[in-house]
Amino acid sequence: MKSPSLLPLLLALLFPMVAIAADTPTFTLVLQNHRYVPNELRIPAQTRVKLEIVNKDPTPEEFESVDFPAEKIVMPNSTISVFVGPLKPGRYGFYGEFHQPTAKGTLIVE
Amino acid sequence: MWGIALLVFREVLEAALIVTVVAAATRGVARRSVFIGGGISLGVLGALLVAAFAGAISNALSGVGQELFNASVLFAAVLMIGWHVIWMSSHGREMARQMKELGGAVQAGSSSLAMLLAVVALAVLREGSEIVLFLTGMLAGGATGLLPGLAVGIAAGTAVGLTLYFGLLRIPVRHFFTATNWMLVLLAAGLASSAARYLVQANWLPEWGNQIWDSSWLLSNGSVLGNILHILVGYDAQPSGIQLVFYGVVMGLLVLGMKLFGGSGKSVKAAAASAPTASQASAG
Repeated sequence: MKSPSLLPLLLALLFPMVAIAADTPTFTLVLQNHRYVPNELRIPAQTRVKLEIVNKDPTPEEFESVDFPAEKIVMPNSTISVFVGPLKPGRYGFYGEFHQPTAKGTLIVE
Repeated sequence: MWGIALLVFREVLEAALIVTVVAAATRGVARRSVFIGGGISLGVLGALLVAAFAGAISNALSGVGQELFNASVLFAAVLMIGWHVIWMSSHGREMARQMKELGGAVQAGSSSLAMLLAVVALAVLREGSEIVLFLTGMLAGGATGLLPGLAVGIAAGTAVGLTLYFGLLRIPVRHFFTATNWMLVLLAAGLASSAARYLVQANWLPEWGNQIWDSSWLLSNGSVLGNILHILVGYDAQPSGIQLVFYGVVMGLLVLGMKLFGGSGKSVKAAAASAPTASQASAG
């Protein structure tokens, strides 16, 4: 028969905000001159993190990756946040869809 | 100009593929070009509005407005495609027979057509708003070659859509609506998986495991083919668990709905043989 102890686990899975929002590590990337600063960002492995992207350019950008789920417009002079992970150790590229030649960076998960 | 064309191409491609599947699924239906044209026009209008209010949408709901907006648009499309798929499972065989016998326009339920109009409009709205934001940014940044880039991108994206469309037309009529119906099922399942991805990004859903598999060595999400398959069948090189759950649930529900409302999956030939005159009256 099903153990009653599954219920809290299920709730924790269903309501991640309750479970982790309080102490999610936050990291910041700044977009300036259509480049990410820093362009290499170290984040902990197997941890859900919050990435804040601050766009200091006068034009919109889209923070996006094909290596981890992320796709979000960042309007000029504004800040967005996306939740990422938990990721396995490794290198994960990200870019700015609207300025791909310059807006490139890597998440180093370790 | 080529950078602009490439981005526009990618966005147009996504919308064009959805429009193509809808266009194929409504093959032979009277006035469908009005519906599809109307859907595209509404979508362009919607794209301009969404781009104009992008800042407000983004800041809404303590910063997750963009994700919820995208997920809602995707779920709305899933619902409407689902409606059409289930409706078609009970009317598709009749439509195929009418096409064979009359060789011309067939009647389809206008509610179902309106659903597909909305699917087209939502697809154009979602991708179009990104193009508008991108181009306004480029314009503000003093880039040149905007119009040629836009034109080349739209033309190339449309060309891929048309290629797929004429490819689909080669499917024999008696299998045609079965095939397009399944394409709609896969499309809807893929859109649901994309919606889940947005909700994970917003922290509204757990990931239930990231990268359940990684097939990016074979076909990356960033490649054009990966992109095409992403839209058509929901391909993801590195899906999270929750994406697979949404994909599976939508597909399961639609298959169940088709079975419940559509009876068995008999071929058109068999259906035509067993009920030769039933639809003649409604065909005119």
